[in-house]
Amino acid sequence: MPGEEFEVRVVERDDGDTIIELMGTVNRVAKESLEAAYEETEGSRVLLDFSKVDYINSTGIAVIVGVLAMARAEGRVVGAYGLSDHYREVFQITRLADFMTIYDDETAAVTAGA
Amino acid sequence: MVQILRRRKTEEPRVEAVETPLKPNTRLIDAVPIPPGDPLETVLLSTGGPLELSSLDLESEALQTMREQGVELIVPLIGQGELLGALYLGPRLSDQPYSTDDRKLLGSLASQVAPAMKVAQLVREQQAEAKERERNHQEMQVAALIQQTLLPQDLPSISGWGIDAFYRPARAVGGDFYDFIHLDDGRLGVVIGDVTDKGVPAALVMATSRSMLRSAAHNHTSPGAVLSEVNNALVSEIPPAMFVTCLYAIVDTHTGEVIFANAGHNLPYVRNSSGVAELRATGMPLGLMLGMTYDERTHTLDAGDVMVLTSDGITEAHNVEGEMYGFPRLMGRVGVKPKDGDVVSALVGDLEQFTGPDAEQEDDITLVVVKRTSSAQDSASAFGESTDPVVLGTFNFASEEGNERAAIEGVMEVVSDLGLESSQVERLKTAVGETVMNAIEHGNENRPELMVDVVVVATDHTVQVRVTDHGGGKAIPEVETPDIEAKLAGEQTPRGWGLFLIGQMVDDFRTESVDGTHTVELVMNRKGRG
Repeated sequence: MPGEEFEVRVVERDDGDTIIELMGTVNRVAKESLEAAYEETEGSRVLLDFSKVDYINSTGIAVIVGVLAMARAEGRVVGAYGLSDHYREVFQITRLADFMTIYDDETAAVTAGA
Repeated sequence: MVQILRRRKTEEPRVEAVETPLKPNTRLIDAVPIPPGDPLETVLLSTGGPLELSSLDLESEALQTMREQGVELIVPLIGQGELLGALYLGPRLSDQPYSTDDRKLLGSLASQVAPAMKVAQLVREQQAEAKERERNHQEMQVAALIQQTLLPQDLPSISGWGIDAFYRPARAVGGDFYDFIHLDDGRLGVVIGDVTDKGVPAALVMATSRSMLRSAAHNHTSPGAVLSEVNNALVSEIPPAMFVTCLYAIVDTHTGEVIFANAGHNLPYVRNSSGVAELRATGMPLGLMLGMTYDERTHTLDAGDVMVLTSDGITEAHNVEGEMYGFPRLMGRVGVKPKDGDVVSALVGDLEQFTGPDAEQEDDITLVVVKRTSSAQDSASAFGESTDPVVLGTFNFASEEGNERAAIEGVMEVVSDLGLESSQVERLKTAVGETVMNAIEHGNENRPELMVDVVVVATDHTVQVRVTDHGGGKAIPEVETPDIEAKLAGEQTPRGWGLFLIGQMVDDFRTESVDGTHTVELVMNRKGRG
């Protein structure tokens, strides 16, 4: 069974894109560190990498909504990639996908921004 | 001596004596009422001034009586063409006839008295009307209060069913009522009724009928027997001219079977895949005669079917041309499936369109809508007879954050051989996680000593996961679609996704609250989604 931990890392790509790598479980525990990671980022666009996430629950969705709201207030664009089919469906059902662009993987995300 | 006869429109003519001490050698003339239509009235109105009785030759009883009383002169008091009263005068003390000057004086006196009397009469009438209005208003308020207190404050929330009701009193508050009675074994009693008469008397009879129905509903399983019992009890309790029409239906929320009986009320309509049907059952209204029996009918509601119960305030509403709304139009409207699924608003909207926006509502309007939204049994039965459920596993978890993950793992282990599609497995994981998390946080309020029970049951066609908490808190709320725009704009908390997500993940989702426990049942069809 996957652990309860959540980790986050900010990666600055050479081409200027900023990526927030999420790892582990996205639930309410993720709020503080994810928001802190978001504050570190700069630029008009920020990408969320979900490829190392194994579990997202409704409190995690609330955390992501919180980050989307922050980006929206600053006029920044949010993209996401690395979601499993299931969480892609969840993002569609919850309409998160209407407010962030979902890409298949990092390459697609970076190319789209270039 | 002068007597004034005062007449009021709404009353019998009556006499008001003017109290003055009598001089010696005088006597009081009893003023004689002039009944409406008496020929004397016509003569007085046409003459307009003092009239000597000796000059009259009329077939009038009043005139005869006046003569016997010794009346010599009569002076009509006329206001706005109406005989308000008259001055009656006996012989002059000097025994001389009344002179022209006397008559002039009396005529001018009368012309001044008459308008004053008219004003006094109007003032009195207005005071009486104001009093009456105030009394009516208070009565209406009392009636409205009784009714509002006794009508259900909440609608039943039953998974797989959508129950809605509408009640709008007329200005004079009629006697409409409706009620929901929770019975054993997932059965729901649905009542709609109408007391003849309006105002406080109707509200009191409505209150009596309601409590009798509630008590009888628990004594009998048959709706006909319930109505019979209430009828017999009501006969001695209500005034002879009053009665109560009532339709009572028992809905089996597991099977969709509706058994109903009718005491002279509007018949229910059912919309199903083949159209609209009227459900017929006959019987006398309640409270008229002892020993009545009531027909029972049975009808089964399938998923998607809607049953509509109404009061005659709808069918008997009129438009400006004086046409009645009527049963055919109601039946036609019930047959139209509203785009947003809101049957009550669609029917009320159509009625308002018919009567016009400013029409005063003639009678109470009551609507009860019972909709079967979905059913695990239905989706299962589409594949043939379902087998008996098999319990695959039971678990319990302390109410500590994170235990939802253990619950997911437990459920996954026992369903692994059922051949669910991988997307279904993922959805079930999310649904179980959210449900158990709700049970821990909201149901058991994170009290670790309280357990969350999880039972997994399979039939040939479904997997059911039942999650029960023991916190005894508030009922599980209705599922609402979160407003993501408002959340992103910071107008709403970003939270509140759990229930919505659960509802989206599984094929059916039911909730039940019994004796301080809440159970959520998640149903996943085993052969593809619904």
